[in-house]
Amino acid sequence: MKTNFNDELVKKFALVTVIWGIVGMLVGVIIAAQMAWPALNFDIPFLTFSRLRPLHTNAVVFAFGGNALIGTSFYVVYKTCKANLFAPKLASFVFWGFQLVIVAAVFTLPFGFTQSREYAELIWPIDVLLTIVWVAYGIVFFGTITKRKEKHIYVANWFYAAFIITIALLHIVNNLQIPVNWHLSYSVYPGAVDALVQWWYGHNAVGFFLTAGFLGMMYYFIPKQAGRPVYSYRLSIVHFWALISSYMWAGPHHLHYTSLPDWAQSLGMVFSLILLAPSWGGMINGIMTLSGAWHKLRDDPIIKILIVSLSFYGMSTFEGPMMSIKTVNALSHYTDWTIGHVHSGALGWVALMTIGSLYALIPKLWGKKGMYSSNLINVHFWIATLGIVLYIASMWIAGVMQGLMWRDINVDGTVVYSFAETVKATYPYYIARFLGGLMFLGGMFIMLYNVMKTISPKNTNEEIVGEVA
Amino acid sequence: MKHDIIEKNIGLMGVLIAIVVSFAGLVEIVPLMFQASVVEAHPNLKPYTALELAGRDIYVSEGCYNCHSQQIRPFVDETLRYGHYSQANEFVYDRPFQWGSKRTGPDLHRVGGKFSDDWHETHLLDPRSVVPESNMPGYPWLAEQMVDAEQVDAGMKVLKEWFDHPYTEEQLANAKADVEGKTKMEALIAYLQVLGTSIPRSYK
Repeated sequence: MKTNFNDELVKKFALVTVIWGIVGMLVGVIIAAQMAWPALNFDIPFLTFSRLRPLHTNAVVFAFGGNALIGTSFYVVYKTCKANLFAPKLASFVFWGFQLVIVAAVFTLPFGFTQSREYAELIWPIDVLLTIVWVAYGIVFFGTITKRKEKHIYVANWFYAAFIITIALLHIVNNLQIPVNWHLSYSVYPGAVDALVQWWYGHNAVGFFLTAGFLGMMYYFIPKQAGRPVYSYRLSIVHFWALISSYMWAGPHHLHYTSLPDWAQSLGMVFSLILLAPSWGGMINGIMTLSGAWHKLRDDPIIKILIVSLSFYGMSTFEGPMMSIKTVNALSHYTDWTIGHVHSGALGWVALMTIGSLYALIPKLWGKKGMYSSNLINVHFWIATLGIVLYIASMWIAGVMQGLMWRDINVDGTVVYSFAETVKATYPYYIARFLGGLMFLGGMFIMLYNVMKTISPKNTNEEIVGEVA
Repeated sequence: MKHDIIEKNIGLMGVLIAIVVSFAGLVEIVPLMFQASVVEAHPNLKPYTALELAGRDIYVSEGCYNCHSQQIRPFVDETLRYGHYSQANEFVYDRPFQWGSKRTGPDLHRVGGKFSDDWHETHLLDPRSVVPESNMPGYPWLAEQMVDAEQVDAGMKVLKEWFDHPYTEEQLANAKADVEGKTKMEALIAYLQVLGTSIPRSYK
């Protein structure tokens, strides 16, 4: 089989996605265990929960999710534009530069070098490096689009484009700092303004990194795998513009009932409720793409993963607006309910979409007819899905319980429970969550085995030649 | 409207995306920078002393915000448990803010003065020796490591020169001397003890 630069580069992204996924989720399982059994912090600084938690979030969001997004966006843009990637050397730099950012994160966060901005903890020199890599990424992506041989820009690329542009804006505005020394810097925004800037960023890291980007992935891999065109062209247009314009407003719902002025909180809540519509627009457009081919849900485990991913997307984008209602948020905020919500999106939507897309993509890249074992994909699907359910159900119960215990007041006007009592009551759920996370991680190891077997040179009998996109 | 035009012109599409995503920040964030109740300090609020600032940098560095909020909501149970609800004008010297998003442990905004220095030290060394139900990690190394005086000195200068935090010339001149020989534990406790003290915990 003839190799080309584009495929070779995407192969690298595909492999590191699996590897970083395992690393990030392993750190997640470790910190979940530390919450249930605090002795596992061992009094060792770089193994302590509060230093490892940012490593977990950064690794799964940016290392696992980021490599999946950049890799698939390169693949999708070159396939749908029928053009080689623009500036190949720059494209290689994007790969190695991005890995360097990740390695730099591994060697700073556990050692106490952090900005403490959630999902933007990286210290300022790494932020500068990431900015350079991101600009290079934009040049390669948009450069490839300008070279396209198709008149129309395919819908998946709209979402990738919005993701690239908006993440650049968010990253730069949120990281405006004055350096004190090589690792410490102080934010240019004071207290309450800083809080809103950070959650404007934080919410849209979800909205554009973990949503718009992954919708781009969805719009390529679901129609491709189902062999059907996208359900509604009109719906894609409407929900694209509605989604990117309303997401940016929703950040203040992370700051309900705080010292952030009420007008900003209410504005955030209203737009969060509005967001339900464009979110479900994307889900409906993806799922309905299967109309006329529903039997594939039975026959094709990859389709099953992709469609369940969209279902989790629908569930968490219903739950999100609900939690942004101030009276609901009064109960849910600061509790483990939020953690459950995040993971129904992160594991259910983002990770399953990545996993399904990689199962579809990897055989193509290595010129095989399909993955080494379809049965193992099925096993992965079930262990991952059951793991997610265990994870989010335990965190729902824990979160609602914490919220109710915190607000319980005696008739004499004193609080019923001390804070420590609410911690004690949560331990069983922390153990259940640990098991759910462990199952999901186990699924990733099954995937790694299946991928290695698929791409192994020994697996030669299934090569197909001359396959066209 | 013909979406065709946008679909065939990546430059136009890029510009439209940039415009559409910019509105929210302009409407929500920019006015906040000029709202007096948000950016003007509470009359009792003082900028962090050298030792407190060193402690704050340690609070950030150790990632305390991962489990502790510094933001008391105006609810009965919260004001009973933690004290007077938090006000925006108490945070104007906080760069970055430390409001947090999760309470695996209790809120700390008004922890200042609630416990003795000794209690804090015992608790930070081995949390379960004083709170058996706690799942907080121990931070014994804080008692062994020293504060970086150079960093505190440089940090205070940045806060004064760039953001006009009202430090006196004397405070700036003595910054290094004030933290010389102090452990990270002492600095962190000094920071915890000043948290939220510009307003009384509760009004009688």
